[in-house]
Amino acid sequence: MFAYYLDLAIRSLRRNQVLTALMVLAIAVGIGASMTTLTVVHLLSGDPLPGRSGTIFFPQVDPTPTTGPNSQPRDMMDYRSAMDLWSAKRADRQTLVTGISLKLTAPQLNQPPLMASVLTTTADFFPMFSVPLRYGRGWTAEDDAQRGRSVVISSDLNAKLFGGADSTGRTLRLNGVDVRVVGVLGNWRPSPQFYEVAGGRFSEGKTASFYARPEQVFMPFSTAREIAPDRFPVFTCWGTPGPDLQVSPCVWVMLWVQLNDPSKVGDYARFVAGYAAQQKTLGRFVHADNTRVMSLMQWLDFNRVVPSDTQLQMWLAFAFLLICLCNTVGLLLAKFLRRGGEIGLRRALGASRRAVLAQFLVEAGMIGLLGGIGGWLLTLVGLWVIRSQPVEYADLVHLDATMLLITFLLALAASLLAGFLPALRASRVAPGLQLKTL
Amino acid sequence: MPSMPIQPVLAALRRHRLAMLLITIEIALACAVLCNASFLIVNRLQQTQLVSGVDEAALAQISLGGFDPAKASDLNARVLEGVGRIPGVESVSVINAVPFGDHAGTAGITLEPASQKSVGVIDFYVAGPGAFAAMGLRVVAGSPLRPDDFPPVVDFVPQDSSVLITRALAEHLWPGADPLGKEFWCDKRHFRVSGVLDHLARPGGGEGAAQTREWSAFLQAQPGEHLAGTYLMRAAPGKLQSALREVRERMATIAPDAVLNTESTKTVGDLRDSYFRDDRLMAGLLVGVICALLLVTALGIVGLTSFWVQQRRKQIGIRRAIGATRADILAYFQTENFLIVSGGIAIGMVLAFALNIALMNYYELPHLPLFYLPVGALVLWILGQLAVLGPAMRAAAVPPVVATRTA
Repeated sequence: MFAYYLDLAIRSLRRNQVLTALMVLAIAVGIGASMTTLTVVHLLSGDPLPGRSGTIFFPQVDPTPTTGPNSQPRDMMDYRSAMDLWSAKRADRQTLVTGISLKLTAPQLNQPPLMASVLTTTADFFPMFSVPLRYGRGWTAEDDAQRGRSVVISSDLNAKLFGGADSTGRTLRLNGVDVRVVGVLGNWRPSPQFYEVAGGRFSEGKTASFYARPEQVFMPFSTAREIAPDRFPVFTCWGTPGPDLQVSPCVWVMLWVQLNDPSKVGDYARFVAGYAAQQKTLGRFVHADNTRVMSLMQWLDFNRVVPSDTQLQMWLAFAFLLICLCNTVGLLLAKFLRRGGEIGLRRALGASRRAVLAQFLVEAGMIGLLGGIGGWLLTLVGLWVIRSQPVEYADLVHLDATMLLITFLLALAASLLAGFLPALRASRVAPGLQLKTL
Repeated sequence: MPSMPIQPVLAALRRHRLAMLLITIEIALACAVLCNASFLIVNRLQQTQLVSGVDEAALAQISLGGFDPAKASDLNARVLEGVGRIPGVESVSVINAVPFGDHAGTAGITLEPASQKSVGVIDFYVAGPGAFAAMGLRVVAGSPLRPDDFPPVVDFVPQDSSVLITRALAEHLWPGADPLGKEFWCDKRHFRVSGVLDHLARPGGGEGAAQTREWSAFLQAQPGEHLAGTYLMRAAPGKLQSALREVRERMATIAPDAVLNTESTKTVGDLRDSYFRDDRLMAGLLVGVICALLLVTALGIVGLTSFWVQQRRKQIGIRRAIGATRADILAYFQTENFLIVSGGIAIGMVLAFALNIALMNYYELPHLPLFYLPVGALVLWILGQLAVLGPAMRAAAVPPVVATRTA
């Protein structure tokens, strides 16, 4: 029966090609716009550490002397709090993170100096965030303690400086100091660049920079403090920063911890709160109760990492799809009811209402399928346009299998939904009345 | 609108409730999206109209990094000398930031010394000799800064300095009062207002509301360790790009110890373009959405009206046979469309407000001004009338003889 309905549908669609084309086009454009924007939002709101994000947490304290009534803990930590909590080693793994920019030269290579983006962190960074290494390894806890001159470089920088060869053991010069490459990253492109997300709520929705590529160089925090103590940027200060950031009234270091067991989360939160209380008795903190330990995904949500324009575009696209659907319902209604005579004849020859309904739903589904193909092509065009834009996340944009499936399901569901009411109307046509007018 | 009794049109519409409802919903949705999208477009384009207060066409920023701070004075001297010799360059001066560049001197200020009661976070422009004249700033009250007063920078500003503030900042700090001679502080650093600038946009974004985009103060300081690496180049507008190209080529010899930041070494015009790129892109996208939306709505009206015309061929024939003119038939379909579109607009206005409130919850958006509603309504009425014209003309062309046929 299905094959017969399919045949009927194709004949019917061919009969009025302009109307068919209009309906298919409306669905295709609506689906194309919705899927393009939905794909971008889907890619930007994904989990940067699938399977592991539930074990990663972001502790926060409030070292400021004055705060308003609704104040939040600070997005970053002052040096002392960060160091104290990090060296307490109370979590399964813990790492300090702060990004700087340093002049990089390669002594043996004939390359002009460049300003390299450098992530200063600690040894746990690589195992904690499952960072893939193509060559060599990360540095050790000993390097952190001894201010070892060891760095890990990104695969992009490795390709640029060493043509992609194994560069472990080679020497680079950072801010005038020689450092040794101990590892080269594999293909690592977390989306967003979660470990440096902070201050999202102050960015007025312009959060595309959270999707930048990882840094070019990774080096021990302690080493960077020694070779470039004056290069660290601050997140914010509540007094005049002195020449040494270590003792300045500023926050500029982030701490991430890994807690493998959910039961440890409460313990760790109590540990942070206890630390703040202790600092209050020492006179260093005023707001001891203003601490928080968020999970990675909570922290990303709190910072509203998905750019607000991207979300707005998605809602607009869906409103547009809704209008396209209304349009399709109207056109299908016109198309189906125009065939009152044909329906009457089929009914008179014994077709049940259900059969007529099925016939017209197959026709609506057919339009949905054609619209889905058009929508898929338009989505590919839309994503290609976004990829050619100078935005940080351009290289991330692609249509994965899930979204491809959703494209067709959405098109099919949309057209069946749009076709249901007209098909129901068509199946209710009174056979006698229609036959008389034939 | 042609004079047409509404009664028979309504009676006929009652027999096509579903189709009528569909067009009404479509028009209502279109009305809601149209009003809000137009409002967003105007909002975005207004933001891009921000007056920077400087001679954008003649200015460029040169940004250097990676140099030894201890040799900053030497670097400044070499850059001023080297860039100054490039043909077409009128002047080059040391500054901490330029409009639409990276922010450098952003700090909270207070109206009492060393108080914690911040009255706002503003941006300080810290400029070396020559920068004031190069920028082309306009002082509207008070006096410009003394051309020989360049105190040393302590950390990011001098300990005590005379400043020029923008009218927007003056109005924020001392509403209605004369700002000249007034004082403010940033921690222990003291500032005294010597003059008021017409306009000067801060480098990056504001503090939320649009009027905070101009909360800037301009002051002078001695270039040195804490004021180096960013330079303001002024050239004749036609020669700016070629001078900048020359800067890129020569910088390796002028300052071999520094790295030229190519991302920020741009003309102020180019910096402005990239600063507002997202807003222009969004506005363009919204225009696209509106066009597609109007097109789809028009096609829907054409499709359904064509169906109605075909369905009513016989009735049209009868009306023509008993004396209705072509104009009467045309007027009938136009009136019908006008009624449906009006119904859609009525619902659409409520939807437009609901959508606006939803958008306000998520984005920094003001209330939808009321005049968008009649404009949106007018657009949809015209669209409806244009869309219905084709099918209505076909209806008017139905000959009276159809009445005598069976189908």
